[in-house]
Amino acid sequence: MSASDERHSRTVLTGIVGDTLQPIARNIPVGEPPELPPNSELRVIGKRVNRVDAVPKVTGEARYTFDVQLPGMLYARIASSTVPHARIKSIDTSAAEAYPGVKAVHILDRVLSIAQLRDPSVEANERFPLVRYNGQPIAAVAATSMRAAKAAAKLVRIEYERLPHVTTLEGAMADDAPVVFPGPTEQAATAGGGGAPPNLPQKGNLRGPARGGLGGGGRGDVQQGFAQADYIVERDYRTQVQTHTPMETHGLVADWRDEELTLYASTQFTLSVRDEAADVFKLPKEKIRVISEYTGGGFGAKFGIGNYGALAIHLSRKARAPVRLMLDRREEHVSVGNRPSSLQRLKLGARRDGTVTALQVESFGTGGVAAGAGVGFAHTAMYAIPNLSVEHYDVFTDAGPCAAFRAPGQVQGIFALEQALDELAHELGMDPLAVREKIDTNDTDDARARKVERRIGAERARWSQRRPTGADQGPVKRGIGVAQSQWAYIVHGTTTCEVRIRGDGSVVALTGAQDIGTGTRTVMAQTVAEELGLRADDVDTRIGDSRYPAGPASGGSRVTSSITPAARNAAYLAARDLAARVAQSLGASTEDIIFQDGRVFARGRPERGMTFVEAVKTANFDEIVHRADRREDYDGYRAKLGDLHISRHGIGGVQFAQIAVDTETGVVKVERIVAVHDCGRPINPKLIESQIYGGVIQGVSYALYEERHLDPGTGVQLNANIDQYKIVGSRETPAIEVHLIEQLGRQSSTDARGVAEPANVATAAAIANAFYNATGKRIFTLPMTPANVLAALRAEDQPEDRS
Amino acid sequence: MMELSLTVNGRRCTVHVDPATTLVEVLRDELGLTGTKIGCDRGACSACTVWLDGEVVASCMTFALDARDKQVTTIEGLAQGEQLHPVQQAFVEHDAMQCGFCTPGMVMSCAHLAERNPDCTLDDVRGAVSGHLCRCGAYPNIFKATLAAAAAMRQRKGGNT
Repeated sequence: MSASDERHSRTVLTGIVGDTLQPIARNIPVGEPPELPPNSELRVIGKRVNRVDAVPKVTGEARYTFDVQLPGMLYARIASSTVPHARIKSIDTSAAEAYPGVKAVHILDRVLSIAQLRDPSVEANERFPLVRYNGQPIAAVAATSMRAAKAAAKLVRIEYERLPHVTTLEGAMADDAPVVFPGPTEQAATAGGGGAPPNLPQKGNLRGPARGGLGGGGRGDVQQGFAQADYIVERDYRTQVQTHTPMETHGLVADWRDEELTLYASTQFTLSVRDEAADVFKLPKEKIRVISEYTGGGFGAKFGIGNYGALAIHLSRKARAPVRLMLDRREEHVSVGNRPSSLQRLKLGARRDGTVTALQVESFGTGGVAAGAGVGFAHTAMYAIPNLSVEHYDVFTDAGPCAAFRAPGQVQGIFALEQALDELAHELGMDPLAVREKIDTNDTDDARARKVERRIGAERARWSQRRPTGADQGPVKRGIGVAQSQWAYIVHGTTTCEVRIRGDGSVVALTGAQDIGTGTRTVMAQTVAEELGLRADDVDTRIGDSRYPAGPASGGSRVTSSITPAARNAAYLAARDLAARVAQSLGASTEDIIFQDGRVFARGRPERGMTFVEAVKTANFDEIVHRADRREDYDGYRAKLGDLHISRHGIGGVQFAQIAVDTETGVVKVERIVAVHDCGRPINPKLIESQIYGGVIQGVSYALYEERHLDPGTGVQLNANIDQYKIVGSRETPAIEVHLIEQLGRQSSTDARGVAEPANVATAAAIANAFYNATGKRIFTLPMTPANVLAALRAEDQPEDRS
Repeated sequence: MMELSLTVNGRRCTVHVDPATTLVEVLRDELGLTGTKIGCDRGACSACTVWLDGEVVASCMTFALDARDKQVTTIEGLAQGEQLHPVQQAFVEHDAMQCGFCTPGMVMSCAHLAERNPDCTLDDVRGAVSGHLCRCGAYPNIFKATLAAAAAMRQRKGGNT
C-alpha cells in the first residue's frame, strides 16, 4: 500500500453499538478498506474464537526461550553483588575459569536499565561500575552444565569498598541521606514506556519535579480553584513496591556467529532486543536476528537485552558457542524491574454540586536505581478539572531498578485519585457515581464509554441497593465500592503485516511482533480470516521473528490496535488481488466478488461460487504476497513519542468491588468484582475476558498482598521467591463478572483498541472504596495486609461521613 | 554419575546422571521433554507438576533417583495421539491460559483431579491448583474448564450413574 497522505471524506457511523451510533464525516486515507459493520454482522471478528495457539500450550509443545536447546549450548549463571552500595576494588575470576566445564567468564563493564549520570566523567576513573544495589549483576560464567555454571559463579571473588546505603523512600529523602548517584541523572524512555522526562533538577536522591506524564502537565490556577471550593479533601496515600513475577523469568539464548547474531528472547518486543544489542555491541541491525516464539509473561518488564542479555551475548562471543542465560527466581524479583512505590499528597477541592474546582498532587516514588516512578496521567486525562497541578519526584534508593509495569504510574495515581473522589462524594453527601457524571465529561471516546459503563456496572453490581457506610454490626463487615479506569489509546507507528495466499489455497500472515499471552496470533488470524471469508484456524500466523515485517511492542495496550488494521489492510489487498483473478470465471466484476464462509462468489449469486481453494486453483498462481501498514489514525494523534503514537481518546472501564473485612483479624477478602470495559471494537471477547480476569486478579493481588520487603541493613530482598512474595492464587480469586461494550471510534480499519492496562488500573481503588463502605474507615496504605488494615481501623484522623 | 532407568510416558528410558539431579532436569535436559517448566525451583509454583505412578508431584523437588523404575507421565504424554485429554480440550475451549507457561503444570493437576473425582466441585478445583501460580490470572477459566471436563468425563463413563 502506498504511504500516500491523500485522503477522502467518508460518512461513517461512530459511537457505541446498542447505545448511540451517529453519522460523522471522516477524512480517511485513500486505499483504506471500507469500514466494518458492527460485530453482529461479521463472521469471525467479534466472535469467541479459540486461541489459535492454545493446543501447543496445553500439550507442552509451545517452545519458550527457557526451552531452547541448541547443539553445543552452554548454560550461564550470574555473579551478583552481595552488598547494597560499594566500589569494587577487585574481581578475581581465576577460580571460576579453572572450574571443570567452564568455557567463558565475563565481567560487566556497563550496567543497563538503570539511571545514567548526566556527566559520566564523574565516575570515569572507576575500574568497574559502582554497585548501587544488593543483587546487581557483576559478572557471568558459561559452562557445559547448569550445575558447573552455578558452582563457578560462586567462585568469582569480588572485593568491595563499602559505601553508605539507603533503601527506604523516607530515608533517602532525608537531608543527610547517603547519595545513590553522585550527580544528576538521565534515563531515556524505552519502548516499554519506562524512562523519565529529561533535564530535570536533581538534589541528593530527589529528581524532579516532573509535571504530569504523557504530554500532561498543569493547567489553570490551583490556588484560585481551591478558593472557589466549598469542600477540600487533603490526604496522603502510600503504595508499595510490586514485582512483575512473570512465570518465565527474563532470559536470552545468544548464538554469536561471524555472519549473524541470533537471539532467542523472552521478550515483549523483538525489535527492542535487536536494537539494544546493536547499540551495545556496535553491530548493524541486519546482522541480528531475534526469535521469540512464546514468551511466558512480561507485564512491562521484558524489553531490550538487559544486563543478563548483554552477559549472554558476551559469553557466546567469547566461548564461540550458544549460551542460554535465564534468571533464577531471586534474580527475577531483584534485578529486572518492579512497580515503584509512591507517597502521594492529593488536595482536591469541589463545589457543593460536585463540580471539582482544583486538584493538586505532590508525589514521591522510588524505583530504586532507576528513574521514572511517577503517578501516571489520569489526573490530566480523565476528568474535566479546570485547575490542576501535578508534581512528581523520583527518589533514588539502593534497590533494584523499576521498569514499566502494567499501566505504569496509572495504578498508583488512580488508587489515590479515585479514593479522594469517593471521599469527596461522601463529604458532599453525593453518590460517588453522580460525582463522576459531573466531571467525567471530556470530549473523548473513553469518557463517553465510561458513561455507559457506569450504568451497566451499577445495574450488575446492584449499586442502588448498596447499604449505608459501616452497616454490618458484627466483626465481619461487607461493603461495595466503585472506581474508574483510564489509559491511553496507543498505536505503534511502525507496524506492517504481510499476507500470503499460496497456490494450494493456504494462507499465511506474518509480523515480527511477539505474543506474551495476549493473543497476537489469534487477533491477527481472525482479522485476516474475516477479509478472506475463512476461519481463524485456516490462517497460519507467523510471529516473533525480527526477519518478519516490523510489528508492535507488547506494551501500552497497543498490539491489537496496531496489528489488526495492518492485517486487515494486507488481507484486503490480497482478497482484491484474488478477486481480480477469478472475476472473469465467475462472470462478475472484481468489485462484486465476495469472500464468505470458505467460499468465493459473485454478489447475489452465492450458489454459483466456488470454494476458496478452488478459487486459488482457478487463478493459478504460485503465491500472491501483499504487505500493508497500520495507517495513521484517521483523526490524528495528540502526541508522537517515537513509535508510541497517542490518541487524544483513551480507553477505560468502571469496576465495582464487593469485599468483606474481618475487623478482628484485619483480613480482607474480595468476594466479587464487576468489570465493565471498552476496547473499541472487541476482536475476540473470549480473549478479552481472559485479559480482564488477569488485570482484575493482579489488581486484587496488588491491593491485598504483594509487597517487596528489603532488609534496610543489607538491602537484601527478604521475600525474593514465590512462597513469601504473596500473590493471589486460586483460593483468593474472587468471582469476576466482565461486561464489554462495542465502541466504533472510526479511527482505523478495525476500530480495535487494547484492554490489558485499564483492566488492572481501577481494582485497588474500587477495593479501597468498598473498604470504606464496609467499615466507615479509609485505608490510605497499600497493601491491605492485616497490619495495615488494623492500623487503618484504629486511626483517629478519619473522615466524617455526611451521606 | 550413575545409571537410572525410569518409564516416561510409557517409554522405558535410561539416563546417566549424578545423584543430586532432579526429575525435572532429567525430563528437560536429558530427555528433551521441555513441556514441563520450572518457575521457582523450590516447590512453590507447581509449574513443574508431573505424575509419578499416577500421583502429582513437583518434579523440581523430586530427585530423579526417586523416580527409578517408576512411571512418569508428563504433559507430552497426556493426549492419546491427536486426541487431547478432556482437560486439555476444555482448557482450549475455555481459554484457560494466557502466556501458557504455567499451563502444563495446571493441566496435570486438573487432569488428575478430574480423573480421580469426576464429581469435583469448584472448591475441589481451587484446592487442586492452590499450589499453582498463574501470574496472568487465568484462574476463572481454569475453574470453568476443569469442571466442564469433569462433567464430560462423568457423562462418558455414563450409564452406571
